[in-house]
Amino acid sequence: MEIILLLIFLPVVGAAIVGLLGKLELAKTVAFIWSLFSLGLTAYLLSEFDPGAGTQFTVDYPWFLSMGSRFNVGIDGISMILVLLTNGLIPLIILASFNHEYKNPGAFYGLILFMQTGLLLVFTALDAFLFYVGWEAALIPIYFICAIWGGPNRIKVNIKFFIYTVAGSLIMLVGMIYMAQQTADKTYDLQSFYQASLSAGAQSWVFLAFFLAFAIKMPVFPFHTWQPDTYTEAPTTGTMLLSGIMLKMGIYGAIRWLIPVAPLGFAHWGPTVLVLSIIGIVYASIIAFTQKDVKRLVAYSSIGHVGLIAAGIFVWNLNGLQGAMIQMISHGVNVVGMFFILDIIIRRLDTRDTDKMGGIAKSAPTFAIGFLIVLLGTVALPLTNGFIGEFLLLMGVYNYNIYAAAIAGLTIIFGAVYMLRMYQRVMLGDANEATLAFRDINANEKVVLFIICGLVILIGIYPNPILNISEPAAKSLIDLVNGKIGNVSSF
Amino acid sequence: MSALITISLLAILVLYLGLFKAKQALLPVTLIGLLAALGLAVSQWDTFAEPIYSGMMLFDKYAVAFSAITIISTLLIFLLSKDYFERISENVAEYYAVILFALAGIIVMVSFHNLTMLFIGIEIMSVSLYILAGIKKKDFASNEAALKYFLMGAFSTGFLLFGVALLYGATGSFDLEAIRSYIIQNPQQVSPIFYAGILLMIIGLSFKVGAAPFHFWAPDVYEGSPALVTAFMSTVVKTAGFAAFLRLFMVCFSPVQSFWIPIFVTFAALSLLVGNVTAVYQQHFKRMLAYSSISHVGYMLFAMISLNSESDSSVFVYAAAYSVASIIAFAVLIVLQRQVGNDSFDSFNGISKKNPFLAFTLTIAMLSLAGIPLTAGFIGKLMMFSRALAGYHIYLTVFAVLNALVGIFYYFRVIIAMYFRPAERNELVVSPLFKFVLAVSAIATVILGIYPDLITRLI
Repeated sequence: MEIILLLIFLPVVGAAIVGLLGKLELAKTVAFIWSLFSLGLTAYLLSEFDPGAGTQFTVDYPWFLSMGSRFNVGIDGISMILVLLTNGLIPLIILASFNHEYKNPGAFYGLILFMQTGLLLVFTALDAFLFYVGWEAALIPIYFICAIWGGPNRIKVNIKFFIYTVAGSLIMLVGMIYMAQQTADKTYDLQSFYQASLSAGAQSWVFLAFFLAFAIKMPVFPFHTWQPDTYTEAPTTGTMLLSGIMLKMGIYGAIRWLIPVAPLGFAHWGPTVLVLSIIGIVYASIIAFTQKDVKRLVAYSSIGHVGLIAAGIFVWNLNGLQGAMIQMISHGVNVVGMFFILDIIIRRLDTRDTDKMGGIAKSAPTFAIGFLIVLLGTVALPLTNGFIGEFLLLMGVYNYNIYAAAIAGLTIIFGAVYMLRMYQRVMLGDANEATLAFRDINANEKVVLFIICGLVILIGIYPNPILNISEPAAKSLIDLVNGKIGNVSSF
Repeated sequence: MSALITISLLAILVLYLGLFKAKQALLPVTLIGLLAALGLAVSQWDTFAEPIYSGMMLFDKYAVAFSAITIISTLLIFLLSKDYFERISENVAEYYAVILFALAGIIVMVSFHNLTMLFIGIEIMSVSLYILAGIKKKDFASNEAALKYFLMGAFSTGFLLFGVALLYGATGSFDLEAIRSYIIQNPQQVSPIFYAGILLMIIGLSFKVGAAPFHFWAPDVYEGSPALVTAFMSTVVKTAGFAAFLRLFMVCFSPVQSFWIPIFVTFAALSLLVGNVTAVYQQHFKRMLAYSSISHVGYMLFAMISLNSESDSSVFVYAAAYSVASIIAFAVLIVLQRQVGNDSFDSFNGISKKNPFLAFTLTIAMLSLAGIPLTAGFIGKLMMFSRALAGYHIYLTVFAVLNALVGIFYYFRVIIAMYFRPAERNELVVSPLFKFVLAVSAIATVILGIYPDLITRLI
């Protein structure tokens, strides 16, 4: 039994078991324990993993040969980071949901575990078709999670979300089929894609086809319009899954399947995309500033943060890419923490409106400290995890273009402004009747918040282990692309 | 070949059973007979098949594969038919026999090697279908459907026959090989009559499969016919129509592709557009299925526009995926019509609460029809998209993608109603046979979606 198969398919087995538990409350505990198995397995893989050794734990089975697709998976440094992120956050997200009484928990937690398998497929696939299957296999469960357990407006919002994302991914599929037909051996294999030599014009189109899918998923301005509504209407657990893990599919896709597959397309469109990302940063920050709905505020702030990650990737240098890697983890931790904190508030006060909050810090001091730490991580204060990532990202952008870096750097200032303003309006100031009665956090909430705060500080102080995992892989990928672009321009 | 004989004899046997009022024996005998026919068909799996009966028929792998899929679909539909015809009429045996005769015609259609056999096959099938469409004698809609189908069908048969005659005039033969060698031997001077013949045959066959712009009969006939007959028409009959279509063009007309490919591109795009856009506006499940079936014809036409060795397996996979998913949809439709008396989308509200199994299988069917991965429908769409791209029809592919999105919208209405719109309702009673059909079809859909190589490399 190959260990990577166990890693990928363990969650889906868990999904079946949890699903069979149906309406029993036991389901959430089983799901949590099961996700810990996956985490343990990831820890084992991490201990066996050698960052310098390229793609490891590979398995390659014949699968859909008539179309030229194989079941080909493996983990390199970049994948390892995302596997770590997925398997680390899912137990946390499940634990964070323990204060909710979701109806029909078997189905709910089963879908989460099913989604985990889809995500792991995306992050480990070395075959475009497999990547696509994982991509959609992650989408279907989150659609059901958001549409069954979501807020009052959930049906309309989620069909928009679904059609938006499927539109992107179908166009990507067309791009993939086209690529596969252009490869030497007519396969969907990643290496064949990398070796295919298309004209610059064709690569431009392939770039756009793939980019659309990833841009919608991340989301990059102007493809973000589904995101605030979906985040707001989704159940908190769904929001955490979407923002913590799922949007990283888009970022990972851009790193692995977009830029190296169509390097000349990237050379052509890269600057445009960079500008879009930077517009997104400023635009989302300004809108976040005006939000009174806390969940929407964090949703927009997430667009801003992701915009910076996208900018870091599309400048395509080591600082930017390494910054993106660590920021994916940090953003995952922070945004899950943020939504968890908002969930605590929303559950107690039954409102998302900042005008109806205030003075919570007085009634709940422990909670206030936890909130502050996560918030500082989000606004990228030095010695928190957010700082490492954003610093590297901005350095990457700076190496590319100083003006771009200056504008992108606004994200830190803007972020600090709207986040601290939110903190002030929610936690400080005058208390009202509802906030006076605010209960401080219970044991479960303490554990979750403690873990998140611990990660915020730990990664902030000592990020090297994470950076070391992805560095060799990031370097070789950058060399690959630069080599291809260089070859052509030297003609 | 023996499959065809078995099915024909079986139909006569069933008639005799009816004569002797052995109603209880009808279904078991039919099922066993069909299983036997299926076994016989599969046992003739032969890579090096030669035309038989003076070149009239060719029972090659292609014919066997399509016979198998049509027989299996018919089996599943028969399993749903228990008690169905009894509610409609006293004389049940005839309906079993008529369906079997239609199936016999279909076997001829998928294994023809001579244009006369194609015509005979289509006529055997069509005449049976005219009867089936009208089996609810006292029902106005059923009568209308039968009449419309008959008139339109007769019309299209006329085109087809005229086309066959013109081809004969140009080539002097009905034999597929002979027609092909006529083109190959006279590449520069193919007679205009020949092209006119091709055009008329395209029109005739497009009528039969319901491709736009010759689709106008389809929605009314599908809606008016009893649900089970509609299921038969939109799965088995459509599959057979495409099998015949593809065989004719692959074997005979492929040397003059440049003449007819633009026609198929137009038909495909039109079918997609008409099918999808009108399906969005439907308020009833059955009518939605009718229009969406036109859009599936559009996807299946993709196989025709860039012919190579993969075209037949693309049509095969698409037809298989579409058939099993449609059978689930029609099974649920029958349950709903019988117990709720209504098939508007509102009548699906809250099914997931009371009938989780029914809702789950229908969801798989809808996902498959919408072409979402991990279902057979996605594999079918993928293969069709690759066919179109292999012929460099990029605009058509992008157009198809947009249409697939529209498709998601209306297929998801069913899922949304079942899962997200709660409603007070009674539990629907689903008989064990229905459960069996639903389970088998759903499992087949998922297995083909996860491991498509099971059938993609058959032909």
